[in-house]
Amino acid sequence: MDNLLSIICFVPLLAAAILALFLRGDDAAAQKNAKWLALIATVVSFLLSLFVLAGFDPGAGFQFVEEGEWILGLNYKMGVDGISVLFVMLTTFLMPLVIISCWQVETRVKEYMIAFLVLETLMLGVFMALDMVLFYLFFEAGLIPMFLIIGIWGGANRIYAAFKFFLYTFLGSVLMLVAMIAMFNDAGTTDIPALLEHEFSFGTFSVLGIQVVGGLQTMLWLAFFASFAVKMPMWPVHTWLPDAHVQAPTAGSVVLAAILLKLGGYGFLRFSLPMFPVASEILAPFVLWLSAIAIVYTSLVALAQTDMKKLIAYSSVAHMGYVTAGIFSANQQGLDGAIFQMISHGFISGALFLCVGVIYDRMHTREIDAYGGLVNRMPAYALIFMLFTMANVGLPGTSGFVGEFLTLMGMFQANTWVAAVATTGVILSAAYALWLYRRVVMGALIKESLKTIQDLTPREKWTFAPLAAMTILLGVYPALVTDRIGPAVADLLTNYDDAVAAADLGHADGTAVAEAH
Amino acid sequence: MSSADFAILAPEILLAVYAMLALLGAVYTRKDGLAPALVWITAILFVLVAAWIGLGGGGTDVAFNGLFIDDAFSRFGKVVVLLSAASILVMSQEYMARRGLLRFEYPVLVTLAAIGMMVMVSAGDLIALYMGLELQSLALYVVAALRRDSVKSTEAGLKYFVLGALSSGLLLYGASLTYGFAGTTLFSGIIEAAGEGTASLGLLFGLVFIAAGLAFKVSAAPFHMWTPDVYEGSPTPITAFFATAPKVAAMGLFARVVHDAFGGVVSDWTQIVALLSVASMFLGAVAAIGQTDIKRLMAYSSINHMGFALMGLASGTAFGVQAMLVYMAIYVTMNVGTFAFILTMEKDGVPVVRIDALNSYASREPTKALAVLVLMFSMAGVPPLVGFFGKFYVLSAAVQADMAWLAVLGVIASAIAAYYYLRIVYYMYFGEPSDALNGGRSPVLWGFLMASAAAMVLGVVNLFGVEGAAALAAQTLVN
Repeated sequence: MDNLLSIICFVPLLAAAILALFLRGDDAAAQKNAKWLALIATVVSFLLSLFVLAGFDPGAGFQFVEEGEWILGLNYKMGVDGISVLFVMLTTFLMPLVIISCWQVETRVKEYMIAFLVLETLMLGVFMALDMVLFYLFFEAGLIPMFLIIGIWGGANRIYAAFKFFLYTFLGSVLMLVAMIAMFNDAGTTDIPALLEHEFSFGTFSVLGIQVVGGLQTMLWLAFFASFAVKMPMWPVHTWLPDAHVQAPTAGSVVLAAILLKLGGYGFLRFSLPMFPVASEILAPFVLWLSAIAIVYTSLVALAQTDMKKLIAYSSVAHMGYVTAGIFSANQQGLDGAIFQMISHGFISGALFLCVGVIYDRMHTREIDAYGGLVNRMPAYALIFMLFTMANVGLPGTSGFVGEFLTLMGMFQANTWVAAVATTGVILSAAYALWLYRRVVMGALIKESLKTIQDLTPREKWTFAPLAAMTILLGVYPALVTDRIGPAVADLLTNYDDAVAAADLGHADGTAVAEAH
Repeated sequence: MSSADFAILAPEILLAVYAMLALLGAVYTRKDGLAPALVWITAILFVLVAAWIGLGGGGTDVAFNGLFIDDAFSRFGKVVVLLSAASILVMSQEYMARRGLLRFEYPVLVTLAAIGMMVMVSAGDLIALYMGLELQSLALYVVAALRRDSVKSTEAGLKYFVLGALSSGLLLYGASLTYGFAGTTLFSGIIEAAGEGTASLGLLFGLVFIAAGLAFKVSAAPFHMWTPDVYEGSPTPITAFFATAPKVAAMGLFARVVHDAFGGVVSDWTQIVALLSVASMFLGAVAAIGQTDIKRLMAYSSINHMGFALMGLASGTAFGVQAMLVYMAIYVTMNVGTFAFILTMEKDGVPVVRIDALNSYASREPTKALAVLVLMFSMAGVPPLVGFFGKFYVLSAAVQADMAWLAVLGVIASAIAAYYYLRIVYYMYFGEPSDALNGGRSPVLWGFLMASAAAMVLGVVNLFGVEGAAALAAQTLVN
């Protein structure tokens, strides 16, 4: 099939349109139909995406490419390469589980399903788009369904969180839009493969009297950074994330942590690093230190949380710190580790939010103090929660370990001090995660309200099973991921190193570089 | 003066004759009883004339020795003006009739205003410019005060008139300076007198005053003060009319003056336009945040949008004009839909304009709420809706003209403006339950709302070909 990717991408949207146009009423039967249709669409999308995985050739660059004309000289172009294919798989794999996890929602079910289906299309589009403006379109449009998911189905303080989420990320992204237009103006194309070949100038110039080392590349890099750093999120622009997570419904949190956070990292890999290598090299220490601060600081903040979701949200920020540090280490281990960490974090954080969702559904509180001794009534839950807590800590044998280890190795080669600081984050993550586990699950069951709590239902068990399987599978056999991303990462690095070497940053200042060109 | 001249002006003449006949007919027969029929006939006539102009021959024709220009640019402007005026007429019919406002003067005045606007976008001479502008403005002053027994409506009319007269004075002063220093009122003569590079001081003064007068008409900051009050005071259909057709005409006139008459001294006026653009974008974005009246909010929203349209013009290139035209076409489509919705806002037959009346609207009217949601996100410029492409065009134009700073300021303003569009969505979807609105089930308005929202979604595919027409129009204007 020539347009397999488009079909995968738009099947959920089609289902959403069918729901919006043809499903009437809000009784139990209609709600059931909405859920089933959403589940079927996401499963179909997942099954089709298996063909992509099966037909994917790691060494062959962009594949399954489709192209068509669009307005303003833009192109509709979709395709995947080693960097994006696994994110597509992650998304299609997780969405059916997300839909199952919200089986018990009862308010505005139809709209809820529509929002998630639209969101899936948009997230897949981000990973598949090979036209810069198309990428932006999908990237930014995801804000609309997420705004509604948080605002309509969220917790008590949902309106503040929804506005903060939207405006924060919107402001970051519009700067990226200007940078994209400037790139279009400079390179004359919005085609991503062509832009990867294009060399943006890096001669120093001054803006309002300030010398900008790296010139145009640095300006563009900063504009992209504004968008992706907020999306990641990186310290100090992470503050929207805990609010959004705490207020979002469980399924919304899962999507946010497991997939939406990966858009920023993917953006760094797709745009910042390969397109602005010189600027990346100049600004890498800045990002590395921000990441190190993020890892330590947010881990400490996580220790102080009393709300489970907030704790896991801060832990997500810390884990994303490893990703950004790995990416800007700009070596094979760092990049492999960053991508691996993103994939594995998708499973682990998704599962952790589902774990919180399970007890929230029963007790309607996320306060850690309200729990304790759950192991007595919920042995299966305790086991599952234990597995994912350990994976979150980075226990060897789980996927969390591989990602953290590789990124730390990459960091160590780039900057030993950053690696040293970041490694303390591993200890801190063990501290907050295990402490959370002890307070919630261990001990005697003394709280009256918990005495009748029920263990996992079969539906919940089936939701966790695939996630647990993937976490362990990737933990013991990481080559599943690294073999697929390896050649693409190696290519990216070769180009990166060539560009940096050509720029000769070591012993020439910016003006000399400009003259040399 | 020959028959060829009149042939070029045929659409305007036809409408003028129709307006006179309608006036006479209504005066000598049943007066207001004829009004509903007149509204429909006028709307149909507008659509037919728009089709005639749009589908008619191409090329550029000049009438009356350059006084009046008929080219792709003016045709684009006229089609947008006529179609939006026709939409507003149809939309307003029921609202006006139920409130006893449907006088026969209303369609006649709208027709006269439309003729004025058609002359504006076709003007090739300062005199034609002024004639068109005044014909439009005088008609609009009267319709603003159409609700004679309402203090707010008469205040709106008076305020509009006084400030409008002031701006006309500024414009006339600029025109006379320009005439004095160029020795001609023809645009083709002024562009020769101005030369290339920088204009002489006298012409520069003329240019500045003309720009100030025109900025008033497009309600660009800092000449925007009349907009919120007039929008608020006028009957809602009239507000809808103010927000659409006259804006297109004034923007078209602005483009025509700066390119046809001062096209050689681009660097002289781009900074003025850029300043107007930045001021409008930020004022429109910030001042709307505190509004509780949806009509006032739309007034500031339109100021913000005019800032973006001016950004296209500020780039001083053909692509900039194209971007501005695309932006205006999208803007008008969005506004027609939004005002169709505002016209349905009522409780027990009384119009409601408070924003918090929209509380939990989505749970009662899910389809309409979804359409409004689409329009709001489109106005905020969130992709994949068409409003985003309007912004994308003007930002591209600015960056291409080496005005990246303007683009950066623009996107920051758009992020601020996103807040108040989101606030409307917030009331509709997240608000407390209330029953502040009921009724308002007009199928006509429903149709316009849905069509507009659908256009915002489906336009992603190819913008309905507007891009090509705008490109052609811009090419003929800037060369």
